[in-house]
Amino acid sequence: MHISVNVDGVTYADEVEPRLLLVHYLRERLSKTGTVVGCDTGNCGACTVHLDGHSVKSCQMLAVQANGHEVTTIEGLARDGKLHPVQEAFRSNHALQCGFCTPGMIMQAIDLLADESDPDDETVRKGLEGNLCRCTGYQNIVRAVQDAAQRMKPGAGPKQEQHSDEHVSSKQPVGGE
Amino acid sequence: MIPAEFKYLFPSTVDEAVRMLAEEGEDAKVIAGGQSLVPVLRMRLAAPTALIDIGGLTELTGVRDDGDSLLIGAMTTHYEVQRDHLVQDHALLLRLVTDTIADPQIRHRGTFGGSLCHADPAGDLLAPVLALDAVMIIAGPSGRREVPAAEFFVDYFTTALAADEILVDVRVPKYTGWGAHYEKLNRVAQAWSIVAVAAAVQVRDGTISAARVGLTNVGSGPVRATGVEEALIGQPPSSEAISEAALRASSGDGYKDNLARVLTGRALTAAVAG
Repeated sequence: MHISVNVDGVTYADEVEPRLLLVHYLRERLSKTGTVVGCDTGNCGACTVHLDGHSVKSCQMLAVQANGHEVTTIEGLARDGKLHPVQEAFRSNHALQCGFCTPGMIMQAIDLLADESDPDDETVRKGLEGNLCRCTGYQNIVRAVQDAAQRMKPGAGPKQEQHSDEHVSSKQPVGGE
Repeated sequence: MIPAEFKYLFPSTVDEAVRMLAEEGEDAKVIAGGQSLVPVLRMRLAAPTALIDIGGLTELTGVRDDGDSLLIGAMTTHYEVQRDHLVQDHALLLRLVTDTIADPQIRHRGTFGGSLCHADPAGDLLAPVLALDAVMIIAGPSGRREVPAAEFFVDYFTTALAADEILVDVRVPKYTGWGAHYEKLNRVAQAWSIVAVAAAVQVRDGTISAARVGLTNVGSGPVRATGVEEALIGQPPSSEAISEAALRASSGDGYKDNLARVLTGRALTAAVAG
């Protein structure tokens, strides 16, 4: 079947078998291997992507069901070589050990922060209920999501969101030239 | 695993979907949000010859006010039910139950009607829909028919839907101002209920005037605890009256019978408080 899907800002037109899962389409056809397959049964959340702005488990969807829709993967978050604030918060809070759950955790954390701009501990844990971390690194993951909320809060200003400051400062005019 | 091959159809109206179901025969299957069906396909517990994807039927989405009742479109997602102000005002129990279904990702895709048609005895929506006297509005080749929830859930994963029928709407009477609670016991996050109790209670002038109690996962389908409901009417919303009534949730002495009684007590206590 012919499908047209926008993934990370690029529209792809493809012929796919109806039984092809969205996660396999992303990984094998589009080489978006940032989205991983964890449990294969819909429990672990490692394959989480956004469909039209809401988090979904891409192993629980057929690629044909994404026809005409917009998908965002972990690979579509960085802008101009700068990490998304949630990615940056995961890095600075050591919110990953092996890193396998991280793409899904980050995608779900972004979804959560869209609904809850300043979540408490309990809200973060409930919001990440569908994502499992086998390294049991939940403490730092919760910390990272709350840190990201601060980085993204209204009025935090471009400085907070501009996590990779070195990129910005290197572009500043250096005077005397 | 990879699902077995199937033909994929994408109708744009309910009538077209019904026609497709009739044409494709008994081995065709409707896919709504797919949060139960896709895992089933992947494990090859089912291998339908055709999938009819009703994801494009926007006419089945959303909650409408219909006088004394609400009409919940079968394709309304759990996420939408959780945030719907009509559900919040007139069917609070459904919102509280929906808050506990699976996890956020699954609530974004999974649908109200899909859960009911799948009829997993551990599914959270069956007991409250039964207890609230909801009515299923079903479309088939010869038009529409209405089936009360009490007749809709037939057995494990089995409903009154014929192979060529589609659930389109669920009519839920309004329970405006009723207190409600869903008490769910599971061991770990996102697990199915071992047992859960859905309770809605109306308290007027310090007396319980009406109650609805449904039990999840105590049998092959949802169970209405009518004995509990009757025992509550005319009683004050006191802990004594609730404890007494909760004993009637189950008469057996098994693990789940005990859970049913304990969780009914907790659900009612929270429902009368809220």
